[in-house]
Amino acid sequence: CARAPMYDFQEELVIRPLHSGDIYASFQFRTVWDADFMGDQKVSHYRLFPKSLGQVITKFSVRELHISFTQGYWRTMQWGQPYLPSPPGAELWVWFQDTVTDVDGTWKELTNVLSGIFCASLNFIDSTNTVQPSASFKPLGIGNVTDHSFLRYATLPREIVCTENLTPWKKLLPCGSKAGLSVLLKSEKLFHSTFHSQAVHVRPVCQDPQCRTTSMELRQTLNVVFDLHTSGQGKREWSLFKMFSRTLTEACPLASSSKVYVDVTDNPQVRPFELSPATPLLTQAVVLGDRRTYSVYDLTQQASFGSSRSLNMLLRWKAADGEMLRPLLHSERYVAGYGLQAGEIHTLIYNHHPYRAFPVLLLSAVPWYLRLYIHTLTVSSKGKDNRPSYIHYQPSKDRERPHLLEMLLQLPPNSVTEVTVEFERALLKWTEYTPDPNHGFYVGSSVISALVPSVVAMDTNSTLDRPLFSSFFPCKEEASYFMRVYTEPLLVNLPTPDFSMPYNVICLTCTVVAVGYGSLYNLLTRTFQVDEPSPGLAKRIANVIRRFRGVPLL
Amino acid sequence: MAAPLALLLIVAVTIRAALFRTSLANLISERVEVVSPLNAWKRVVEGLALLDLDISPYSGDVFHETPMVIYLFHFLMDYAEITFMLADCLTAVALYLAVKDYNKQVFRKQKFALEADRIPMDCLELIRSPTEMYYIPLKVAMFYLLNPFTIVSCVAKCTCGCLIYGSALLSAIFLALATYQSIYPLTLCVPALLYLLQRLYIPVNVRRSSFWFYTLQYLFMFLGSLLVLICLSFFLLGSWDFLPAVYGFILSVPDLTPNIGLFWYFFAEMFDHFRLFFLCVFQINVFFYTLPLSIKLKEHPVFLIFMQIALIAIFKSYPTVGDLSLYMAFLPVWNHLYRFLRNIFLVSCVLLACSALFPVLWHLWIYAGSANSNFYYAITLLFSVAQILLVSDYFYAFLRREHHLTNGLYLKKKDGSEATLVLK
Repeated sequence: CARAPMYDFQEELVIRPLHSGDIYASFQFRTVWDADFMGDQKVSHYRLFPKSLGQVITKFSVRELHISFTQGYWRTMQWGQPYLPSPPGAELWVWFQDTVTDVDGTWKELTNVLSGIFCASLNFIDSTNTVQPSASFKPLGIGNVTDHSFLRYATLPREIVCTENLTPWKKLLPCGSKAGLSVLLKSEKLFHSTFHSQAVHVRPVCQDPQCRTTSMELRQTLNVVFDLHTSGQGKREWSLFKMFSRTLTEACPLASSSKVYVDVTDNPQVRPFELSPATPLLTQAVVLGDRRTYSVYDLTQQASFGSSRSLNMLLRWKAADGEMLRPLLHSERYVAGYGLQAGEIHTLIYNHHPYRAFPVLLLSAVPWYLRLYIHTLTVSSKGKDNRPSYIHYQPSKDRERPHLLEMLLQLPPNSVTEVTVEFERALLKWTEYTPDPNHGFYVGSSVISALVPSVVAMDTNSTLDRPLFSSFFPCKEEASYFMRVYTEPLLVNLPTPDFSMPYNVICLTCTVVAVGYGSLYNLLTRTFQVDEPSPGLAKRIANVIRRFRGVPLL
Repeated sequence: MAAPLALLLIVAVTIRAALFRTSLANLISERVEVVSPLNAWKRVVEGLALLDLDISPYSGDVFHETPMVIYLFHFLMDYAEITFMLADCLTAVALYLAVKDYNKQVFRKQKFALEADRIPMDCLELIRSPTEMYYIPLKVAMFYLLNPFTIVSCVAKCTCGCLIYGSALLSAIFLALATYQSIYPLTLCVPALLYLLQRLYIPVNVRRSSFWFYTLQYLFMFLGSLLVLICLSFFLLGSWDFLPAVYGFILSVPDLTPNIGLFWYFFAEMFDHFRLFFLCVFQINVFFYTLPLSIKLKEHPVFLIFMQIALIAIFKSYPTVGDLSLYMAFLPVWNHLYRFLRNIFLVSCVLLACSALFPVLWHLWIYAGSANSNFYYAITLLFSVAQILLVSDYFYAFLRREHHLTNGLYLKKKDGSEATLVLK
């Protein structure tokens, strides 16, 4: 008989105070389901794994699905690197299984179904904003797939995230918003933040070190950054109640592990803040190339909740923080030029490593109405030309697909690399503009993927029990870790026609054509004749009378 | 006549070379009045860059030139400026020779008509004297070369086509080349045919077998060379991609970049439901004047060519000032019609004003943001109306002169007083 599928659900919350005074909270909910989606057996019994997602995965033969909704832009230079990067707006990338015959048709259906599940306008994803990257976005789960024709990537930079997106996201959790860490997810506080990102990642993972069986892993992540100054009071003090207006009372009963980590990596001289209630559990984890120390609150232990049966961590700062470690990889992007005819897109990639150079993969998807001129592409580092070792460029087709530019760049140590490309703005048909055309058109974030050299040896053993936030990106080697950086989205104005004028324009242009037609018709069909003036009115009446009388006319 | 022509060529080349060296060259090559998506130099460079990256230039929507142009410029990339100056000079020389040839013909016809006593006595002042005609070819060349529009187009490195008449085969080949480059010169097939028939003294009579024989021969040569060119392009790039990218682009007007023509704003503001209908109407509008004009002007094919080129320049989907300069170069040939032109002052004023206002209103719309697209559109309309008036004025003058040549210059009414001529 078939073995009953095994489930595992873990939840965790990481709280990391940032050097600018803000505080970063990252939730991860991980469901591992031991079902074989790729096999022939129909899966019909869902327990912890949400049925809506399970059905989507089986119906559309999805191998991996990554969808994120983000409000705000992650400020790398002030906050450091996030555990899970995401671009502003909505981003969706999917690897389909190789049994799919019509990937584009399946993609279209998938986006519409996901649009319904997440109450988001993902139905705006169509061929004009979908690209097929050739080197970036390799699968994060197991399996070495090399055929990128089964990968689709789309981004909607204009998408707004609000409570309507949070509610269905919370519904996918096994405990809903009733127990465990998800009780903290209340929208009035979560959206009163500088940065809010919720994501769903589905991928196949190995169950054992030899990888004989695979299971489906669902990770739901929510990253939020609360601003020091908008939260009132001014003095630097954070607590769970101040952040979420709730406290923790119990772990989710379905969870095998439910932990809260607080980043307490000490300064060499003095610990900057005081954490209460104190906890004896301390753990270290290597994440983002750095070894950090965390205080752990294990919610499955009743002792964590103390006598009041609720847990409200309080962080109180006494001294100022030390210097923040400068992030090794950082990027910026902006539009240069003036006027509505042309412009230039500049992408700056910073490598802050003092002596190591490393390659990065830059992916840019530019909408078709900004016509890129690839012969104007220049890449320069430290003032000198830097030729990319790999360029994949797919030019756009008007109203069908966007530009796709992928390059492998080698970043010299401690340098800024500038990628410049010129574009021309197109005039669209009046129906193709949004209702607020003078707001401008968004260009989705560029994605920079890199294996950044790490200061500390990374942990490559994937089966050890590690906190979720450090095991998201697969780690293949010790000396470097994978990082993805998103640039700002761009807002570009296009020249607009006058929207009140369609009928007038049609009339006026047709008038001009008619003027041409009329003059030529006249000249072609008429001949010159001597102009005999017609007699005056009196004479004409006299002639009529004379005709009656039978007398010769005048 | 060689010395003045040589001097003229040298002056023209100097002006162009000087302009190429200045920063104006870049500025001019970006202007929408001068370049269109079909023939912008920036797009040719882009197409060549795509070819270097092993991507077909037609896989995107930036490049709309024919494959022969890519391969031509693949080899001439570094000498692009010289190529264009040379092309302009060759066109000027060709026009010069063509008009000289035409003048000889006209003069010969006139002599026959005089000897046959067909012209009334008082029309003698309408007859063109050799001296006056002597300078016309030079004037034509001068008009073409020194027209600011031509200079500007050359500096912007447009890739406009040109025609040469000579032997039938050569004309068929060059006509096929021009049609291959952009579809509209197809309409010039008819006047070219008529001209050649006239030279060979074959009357244009539908019932004569010699007419059909020659027509079929010519059409065969034309279609044959066109087919050869298209197949050659196929072998150059190995695919038929260029057909929708070049001809589909010209006919279906997907790119709405503003230019001096009528199509862009019309199709930017068109209701989707009627788009195909109006597209067909506008494209047919370019072609359908051929037949009536040919019937009316079958005795005067060169004027027919002039009319056709003018109508193409006004009504084509992506016109530029280069097209304008081509038909304006012919205006000195019809100098003798000056006394019958009615609106020439108004038309020339409007054309000058529009030429000045185009860059101003473009700047106001795109850069200053204080005007909107309607301003530029209005000038486009005015420019087209002025051109239409110019063309129809010349047509009127031409027809009137023909009428006078057969009926006498000073006409009298029945009662003996001076008569006025009207079109009825």
